[in-house]
Amino acid sequence: MTALWARHCSTKIWSRHRLAGDEGGKTLLYIDRVVVDDVRAPQVLKNLERRALAIRRPDLSVVVQDHSVPSFQTHSGLGGNDFVDATRVAAHRHGLRLLDVGDAEQGISHVVMPELGLVLPGSTYLCVDSHSPTVGGVGALGLACGSSELEHALATQAMWVRKPRQMRVRLEGGLDDGVYAKDVILHLIGRLGLDAARGIALEFAGGLIASLSVEARLTLCNMAVELGARTSIVAPDETTFAWLATSPHAPRADLWRRAHDQWRDLRSDGDARFDVELEIDCAGLAPQITWGTTPAQVASVAGHVPDTAAQAGLDEAIWRRALGYMDLTPGTCLAGTRINRVFIGSCTNARFGDLEIAARIVTGRKIADGVKAVVVPGSRAVGRRAQEHGLRDIFEDAGFLWGEPGCSMCAGGGGEKVTAGERIVSTTNRNFEGRQGAGVRTHLASPATAAAAAIKGEICDPRPLVQER
Amino acid sequence: MEKFASVRGAAAPLLIDDINTDQIAPVQFMRALEPDYEKALFARWRGDPNAPFVLDEQRFRRAPILVAGSNFGCGSAREVAVWALAAHGVRCIVARSFSEVYRESLLKNGMLPVVLNPALRSDFEARVVAADGQAPFEVDLAAYRITCPDGAAFAFGMDAGERTALLEGLDDVAMTLRHRSLIDAWEKQTALHQPWLQQITATD
Repeated sequence: MTALWARHCSTKIWSRHRLAGDEGGKTLLYIDRVVVDDVRAPQVLKNLERRALAIRRPDLSVVVQDHSVPSFQTHSGLGGNDFVDATRVAAHRHGLRLLDVGDAEQGISHVVMPELGLVLPGSTYLCVDSHSPTVGGVGALGLACGSSELEHALATQAMWVRKPRQMRVRLEGGLDDGVYAKDVILHLIGRLGLDAARGIALEFAGGLIASLSVEARLTLCNMAVELGARTSIVAPDETTFAWLATSPHAPRADLWRRAHDQWRDLRSDGDARFDVELEIDCAGLAPQITWGTTPAQVASVAGHVPDTAAQAGLDEAIWRRALGYMDLTPGTCLAGTRINRVFIGSCTNARFGDLEIAARIVTGRKIADGVKAVVVPGSRAVGRRAQEHGLRDIFEDAGFLWGEPGCSMCAGGGGEKVTAGERIVSTTNRNFEGRQGAGVRTHLASPATAAAAAIKGEICDPRPLVQER
Repeated sequence: MEKFASVRGAAAPLLIDDINTDQIAPVQFMRALEPDYEKALFARWRGDPNAPFVLDEQRFRRAPILVAGSNFGCGSAREVAVWALAAHGVRCIVARSFSEVYRESLLKNGMLPVVLNPALRSDFEARVVAADGQAPFEVDLAAYRITCPDGAAFAFGMDAGERTALLEGLDDVAMTLRHRSLIDAWEKQTALHQPWLQQITATD
């Protein structure tokens, strides 16, 4: 059934999950895991009741508390808790598995689902959040949807999806110490633009991928969304299986062996043909940071804001607006730009490895005067592990605040406020106008670059701080 | 779902690429469980007395047609960014391209996403700008056609299934559950061959 055309990793998963086709050019796919977040849960579950629709597989659905969780109790009352409370009530009423605030398994959907083995290689995953393709980092097919499509998926355990075109990006070359997956993906977005992968299943492959941790792969797949990718994947390999083997909800014993056998066949066939193929040499890549108001407006930390709109490849009006919003002048050197805030967290960069990278820089140092810096682990498990390994102490000793696991300052859904005009280096995935608050100037970067900015009080190259260790 | 009849009215030009859902409906305006969707609509672009936003200008205030650039609706999957436009009276968006998730959400809300043939776009956009909201455009989904105030007609394509769903206001869940036996069979087969997909393994 799969042999002739199911050649790429993602089409192998696709054809295995194909229920019917191809009405309106779309395929009906079975969805193995449906995830509802605490922004959408209250309304979506109420709508299902109004429409008298039953949830087909409550046992395969998960409700997460992430977007609305206040990072600090002092923020309660700013709206987040209303959603958290309403989500809890709705999840209980429908008998759904809820990863609730305070639970050992709570955290950001795209962090906890792979980390806990709730999403597995070769499976389909649908979450009412654009960054669902993150789970491609463990070899799962992650799809995003809006509230209405989520209602449909809860009622049917299926989704109509237009078959994506196939793109493969081969990443080659080693990364310097102090340069990470986040820098690679920012560089790629800067080079290709915001809709280079629109409607596309993007597979990351190549020598660099083989050497990257699962956490780094999750970061890449997370931000492939900013290229417009419909889904994004890294074919699972022994690194993936070793990472998953100890996760609490992964299959065990004989089931694990059977699963493992099947998962090994998920890699793209050698002669698989992609609609678009690219190879990027990452050797010598410098740490990246955004200067504008999209993830594609990016440069090396030691680089400059482009001199002209033409150089930036932008319309004059867009260019002026971006620089005006960011309060930067053309040609400015990014390194040396003073900052007010640092945020380390989000579904992009709040896993244990991310915190380890940042802690390596922060150890024995203090954050600069006048800088407010926050670390929010992506999950309670990450937080617990960070505490056990002394990372929390390292951050707190340096002057960082440590928040409750959740999406936190990525969009401020829990009430986390940044003041208009403040400049923040953030490990998140979107620097759109107003994303982190009205008038807030966001610079996207890796955990290392964010940590270094907290210490120096300005945008700087983290490599000297890493290499001093 | 409400049926999509034809639409007649002003076409508002917003010819910018990569308009994202944080722009269409900023998250800070959704802090209530039941927010005022229309208030959220392009909240940061509106209300600037020096640069009036297109949908705030009298002639576009109830424009049912919005004309945008490429990759419209990229970014967050939040459906509020569809509801906000619906609350303002927009029924049809003509864009150079759409984010796929956003396009699906439009369809689920009985709104029509149109992508014109690349060869026709500039001509159509020029007519929208020239009309300047003074005369109505007409979108006829049954005929796959947009007619400009001067009578010029632009054909567009759309998958037949999507068009039928819009024209007849079909219930998406009911449509899919016609395939219920396939879903049942899939689950049964998968429980045998990939049981880890059909259950969540309990923790020790």
